Amino acid sequence: MKPQGLFSRTALVFGLVFLYVPILSMVVFSFNNSRLVTVWDSANSPTLKWYSALMSNDQILGAAWLSIKIAMISATGAVILGTLAGVALARFGAFRGRALLAGMTTAPLVMPEVITGLSLLLLFVALEQTVGYPSGRGPLTITLAHITFCMAYVTVVVQSRLVGFDESLEEAAMDLGARPAKVFFRITLPLIVPALVSGWLLAFTLSWDDLVISQFVAGPGSSTLPMVIFSKVRLGVSPDVNALATIMVLIVASGIVVSSLWMRYQNKRRERDMRLAASANL
Amino acid sequence: MSTQPSGPTAQAPYLRIENVTKRFGDFVAVNDVSLHVQRGEIFCLLGGSGSGKTTLLRMLAGFETPTSGKIYIDGQDMSEIPPYDRPVNMMFQSYALFPHMSVEKNVAFGLEQERLGRQEIKRRVGEILEIIKMTPYLARKPHQLSGGQRQRVALARALVKRPKLLLLDEPLAALDRKLREHTQFELINIQEQLGVTFVVVTHDQEEAMTLSSRMGVMNHGQIVQVGTPTDIYEFPATRFVADFIGSVNMFEGKLIEDEPDFVRIRCEDLGGIVYVNHGISSAPDATVWVAVRPEKINLSRHPPAPAGGAHQPEAGAGENTVRGTVKEIAYMGDMSIYLVRVESGRTIRVTIPNVARHMEDRITWDETVYVSWHAASPVVLTR
Repeated sequence: MKPQGLFSRTALVFGLVFLYVPILSMVVFSFNNSRLVTVWDSANSPTLKWYSALMSNDQILGAAWLSIKIAMISATGAVILGTLAGVALARFGAFRGRALLAGMTTAPLVMPEVITGLSLLLLFVALEQTVGYPSGRGPLTITLAHITFCMAYVTVVVQSRLVGFDESLEEAAMDLGARPAKVFFRITLPLIVPALVSGWLLAFTLSWDDLVISQFVAGPGSSTLPMVIFSKVRLGVSPDVNALATIMVLIVASGIVVSSLWMRYQNKRRERDMRLAASANL
Repeated sequence: MSTQPSGPTAQAPYLRIENVTKRFGDFVAVNDVSLHVQRGEIFCLLGGSGSGKTTLLRMLAGFETPTSGKIYIDGQDMSEIPPYDRPVNMMFQSYALFPHMSVEKNVAFGLEQERLGRQEIKRRVGEILEIIKMTPYLARKPHQLSGGQRQRVALARALVKRPKLLLLDEPLAALDRKLREHTQFELINIQEQLGVTFVVVTHDQEEAMTLSSRMGVMNHGQIVQVGTPTDIYEFPATRFVADFIGSVNMFEGKLIEDEPDFVRIRCEDLGGIVYVNHGISSAPDATVWVAVRPEKINLSRHPPAPAGGAHQPEAGAGENTVRGTVKEIAYMGDMSIYLVRVESGRTIRVTIPNVARHMEDRITWDETVYVSWHAASPVVLTR
């Protein structure tokens, strides 16, 4: 969209400034030679020394790897459970307990994280005392907690996709002899793949940068990346955190660029196909 | 050329709907419907929106369960049979083609569910695509097809399973007018070629008239009349049917003479008497309605041939004739519609075919004319 008039232009500038100046300053300071974050050492900058320091920092690398693992597993788990809940809410009509399920799945969206974290901690402690599993707090409890709150987001994404989806496709498949399970795997699932992908990415991001809930349910030796960064920052910001953040921004940005180029290509192809079909009418 | 397919073979009904009722909460969508359809027929269910026709169709497919009543297909009770086991296929109004599958995969989907061999599936898909002339497009995805092509693929996908009954929900509604006419004939051809029994739901009376061998008119969840298109058009059973199918001039009147072979009805609306040369069965002095189709009415500048002439042997003087003024003329190309205001203030609709190309002498606005009809033309309705 082209910015029209003074108001739109101003809004655009302010928006961009608010969004990107903090990130930009972080990127710039990651090349700073000085140990002090606020002082720009113009004599020796730019330098890559914080990047090499990062590569030899086992604590941060270990935490990053743990975060990636937790985020991938909890995103996958959240997509599976969230899809089931979304399908139940969108397709099963007014079954008994529907309102309860709808309320429970969306509760984590509005619940303060502190409360979610605390209640999960209490649950895990109680479970350990009664059934002995999961024993202690660690990566497993973090993953379970992340699945719980990510699932809510996936449910919403899947449910809204299913609501806007022509139900007669599923009826047609059933009419052609496919049993309900087959209809789900051959028709419904392939058609909601875009929603599943975006749900997965959303869940991955949420899990990747979750701090509050993780703090509650983490145990000794299971610090995720946000927890490590947070504890480092409390002792004073060290520039290698800037370097780490810059790498993360780079990864995310390139992901966005690739996916938007891909979508543009797909849209163009689709439009061309539809024009061809329309011109070859009858 | 007649567009009506070969008539039904006289046998036990192939589809039997017995006292089927469907309620959604307090709303009665289908109300005690009983219907028989013969093998090889094209049966149309015609009705406005909310008449229950689609609900009835969905009950045949198994997507809805009747609240009460039974459905039998080829003698088999369908109550306990889920949609995926019914010998019935449906063509959806939206076509419901699977967007992530090619034309070939779409058509093959139903056969794959029957666990047929790969070769057999390929052969049958090839056969049906040949019939609908879509073989060159088998690798295309639905969004790469035009509306007409999608419609044909949807038809092929439903027919390839060789169902006992093919259900079509507004099969032509999504096509433009030219294409619709063409497709109508194609549909009838395919039906004759394959001999499948069709049940078509439509709100479009023209579609119903050209497609069906028999049709049922639905209103408020009930079937009001069942018959051939000619029966329904020429001998409507109720005022609703007369009004719903085609256009009609309807006059309320009182029965003043009721003999086995003729009746006389006094119509205040016309300020005169309507003479009908066939009897009806009703109480004397009953209120009845006279329905006359616009194309069965004559317009003339002079009073028509006097009573007792060859035109209307038994009608008395002035009967079946009203004087009026032309208020409106709509030129439609093949015919013109005249709206004539008679002395009572009622407007009568008359259609006149435009036979000649130049008609300098044609009746025009504000002329005084005589509206008349043959004694056999009116239909007398008691309901």
